[in-house]
Amino acid sequence: MRRLMKRFSHLVLPLSVMALLIIINLIKGADYFRVTMVNGAFYGNIPNIFFGASELVILSIGMTLVTAASRGQDISIGESATITSAVFVQYVLQANEVTLLTILVAFLLSSVVGLALGAFNGTLVSIFKVQPMVASLILFTGGRSIAFMIDGKLSPILANDLSNKIGTVIPGIPIQTPIILTVVFIALTAVLFRTTNLRLYVEAVGINPNAARLNGINAKKIIFLTFLIMGFCSAFAGFIAVNKAGRHDSVNLLKLIMMDAILAVAIGGNSLGGGTFSITGSIIGAYTIEMLNRTLLRLEIEPAMIKVFKAVFIIILMVVASPVVRAFITNVVDRIRSAFRHSAGSGPSDASMSAAGRAGEREE
Amino acid sequence: MRGISKSFPGVKALDSVDFTLRKGEIHALMGENGAGKSTLIKVIAGVWEKDSGSITLEGKPIHFKAPQEAQNNGIGTVYQEIMLCPNLTVAENMYIGRSHSPLVNWKQMNEQAERLLASLNIPARATQELSSCSLAVQQMIAIARAVDMECKILILDEPTSSLDEDEVHTLFDLMRELKERGVAIIFITHFLEQVYEISDRITVLRNGKLVGEFETIALPQIGLISKMLGNELEDITGLKKYEPIISDTSIPVFEAIGLSSSAGVRPFDFTIQKGEVNGFAGLLGSGRSESARAIFTADRTTGGEVRMKGKRVKIKTPLHAIQHGIGYLPEDRKGDGIIDELSVRDNIILTLQVMEGFFKPFSLKQAEEFAQEYIERLNIKTPTADTPIKSLSGGNQQKVILARWLLTHPEYLILDEPTRGIDVGTKVEIQKLVIALAHEGMSVTFISSEIDEMLRTCSRLIVMKDRQIVGELRGQELTESAVMNVIAKGGKNRCAD
Repeated sequence: MRRLMKRFSHLVLPLSVMALLIIINLIKGADYFRVTMVNGAFYGNIPNIFFGASELVILSIGMTLVTAASRGQDISIGESATITSAVFVQYVLQANEVTLLTILVAFLLSSVVGLALGAFNGTLVSIFKVQPMVASLILFTGGRSIAFMIDGKLSPILANDLSNKIGTVIPGIPIQTPIILTVVFIALTAVLFRTTNLRLYVEAVGINPNAARLNGINAKKIIFLTFLIMGFCSAFAGFIAVNKAGRHDSVNLLKLIMMDAILAVAIGGNSLGGGTFSITGSIIGAYTIEMLNRTLLRLEIEPAMIKVFKAVFIIILMVVASPVVRAFITNVVDRIRSAFRHSAGSGPSDASMSAAGRAGEREE
Repeated sequence: MRGISKSFPGVKALDSVDFTLRKGEIHALMGENGAGKSTLIKVIAGVWEKDSGSITLEGKPIHFKAPQEAQNNGIGTVYQEIMLCPNLTVAENMYIGRSHSPLVNWKQMNEQAERLLASLNIPARATQELSSCSLAVQQMIAIARAVDMECKILILDEPTSSLDEDEVHTLFDLMRELKERGVAIIFITHFLEQVYEISDRITVLRNGKLVGEFETIALPQIGLISKMLGNELEDITGLKKYEPIISDTSIPVFEAIGLSSSAGVRPFDFTIQKGEVNGFAGLLGSGRSESARAIFTADRTTGGEVRMKGKRVKIKTPLHAIQHGIGYLPEDRKGDGIIDELSVRDNIILTLQVMEGFFKPFSLKQAEEFAQEYIERLNIKTPTADTPIKSLSGGNQQKVILARWLLTHPEYLILDEPTRGIDVGTKVEIQKLVIALAHEGMSVTFISSEIDEMLRTCSRLIVMKDRQIVGELRGQELTESAVMNVIAKGGKNRCAD
């Protein structure tokens, strides 16, 4: 039991933030969890969070891997997604009749472009040893202009029925399609980790590239691979985003999403300096961010002020999660426990040990 | 210090230990790995807070919560692993974090550093980048930094483990001078001769408990060893020299012809037979490690050819070497060996897992079995296989790296300084293991800066100087003085073949 708890101690932070947000929302209105059926699909606050966070979740998975292996971040993910989705839209628009096959081919095509963009960043980082943030700055700067060119300087509209279904719901299925696609993507990720040594290799390279090399791991290949995966994540996220929006707006599509993705990685308990990582943490982190965004909206905070509130919230979050505060909490909890033990005469159960205490223990 | 205790999750590192240090003495702190030496000095240096007990400094009770506080009270520490910034200059490293003003007077700082370096006979320039100095010089700069802080207590944790003999003597001169000035020095080392050469008193710890405090002259060496090891004494004296039966006509397991590498080692020939233990002897910087690295292609090879069991093979990367059955335990455990944040289990299975391939991960159960097997076999002291390797003591970390290679069942294993910075007990264990492995038919190259260790385990020594082979000794020729002679003559006349 205790070992199990220890393994999940890094999830304490995002989960407690989620709990806090839920409490705030419940105070605001007890109907927070209400789910209604509209046109045969679930709607409500919770489904909206899952729906809204789809792209962010997918991008956070890629960002986690890139961070862990390369000890840096890819800031061009929103731009990559804009380019890949532009390719997707162009292919769909040139078809006379949009069939499932059209969508599929268009998606594959955009994935190939995504992989190519990932390979571009990956080559700069792994072979030319450019800092990840600098390497991805190139696409970050030029990416949207490239997408704009592909679009033919327009913002084309995706008016077909299939795109509509992908972006919203498929009749007969009560869950919105982007949520299903995200779940599928998470499942694919799980399979990837189950069937390969990706975790061990990435962690080894991220912690000690020298030792990794001397044990037969090709650090360059692994870093390159994480960027390839990031490229595919971008393509997948772009696919969802453009079908959701129904048109390709190369200026605003997934704008500045890399900030939230990096934040999701951090909230998930991952070090932005690379090394050991938790994908689960990042996924929960991504949902937490979406929940925060929607909570601020629900509290009817003036739209112009939302970003300020978000910033304040994140500062508090990061301070609470810092090793300094965690060590302090551990210390306090230990004292309470030993006092309790002396008075009760027997050791307290695992349950009395606070979550923060466990989080601090990991720091040791 | 009275009744000091300190616990970590799963381990009681110090159990009511008393320790007294007098002004102007050199006090050796002795004990096996995990005896609690490092923990004790870290409590003194304020790195860790004690759980219980009391510390008094010059009659006043003290309680340090941070290393900075200890430093301000005149306690300077130089750790086993050098903790300086390699990309800063020597002077910057000596004065970093010590100025109370936000402005830096570069000229004054450099001059001051230059003067200090000169007074301590340290061969380095103040404006030189630290990474361009040898490990030994870096170590001395770390000491200079501590000395310059006008310390009353100087803690030296394994300061000599990477120094050659001359440098050790320079360091000892420095220590004696500081002693004259009234500085109390705590000296941790695994070299017993050095303890007898320099220390006034000895405190021995075992398993976190105090064994006793002794006057150095009143405690004979054999007595000290028995105090450190408890009842493991017969192990070290009973260690028999290993003599393999090798016919020179058999095909060598590994053979290098004219091998050279990017690290600047001169082209050399090298062979090793099945079941043989040989070694590269030589001083620090003689090319002994570089040769080992060239064989494993840890450094890029720039020429020559390699044969395994008579067949020519192409080894271009460490992965090829591993696949051909070569294992390599690197000299720099922290930088090249351990993956510090990963668990003991992951560290053990790493190389075998890489050999299996990217698409064939071991199940957790399988990995745990491998880890448990070797934790038991090598007697690795760790709470669980899940514990991050960085929380283990140096000797146990080294055993984990050994386990990693043994798990791959190499035909040829290169051990570069496997016993550096670890206690006598583990040293003996590792030497015994090497001999046992050779009996099972494994070929081993054993490199150590302690010549008696190599004489005990190796049946053939390849002597190196200035990055080239200057001689080879075997059988009856294997004595310490013979090795010294070959090094001194330095390639003028080759002794073997």
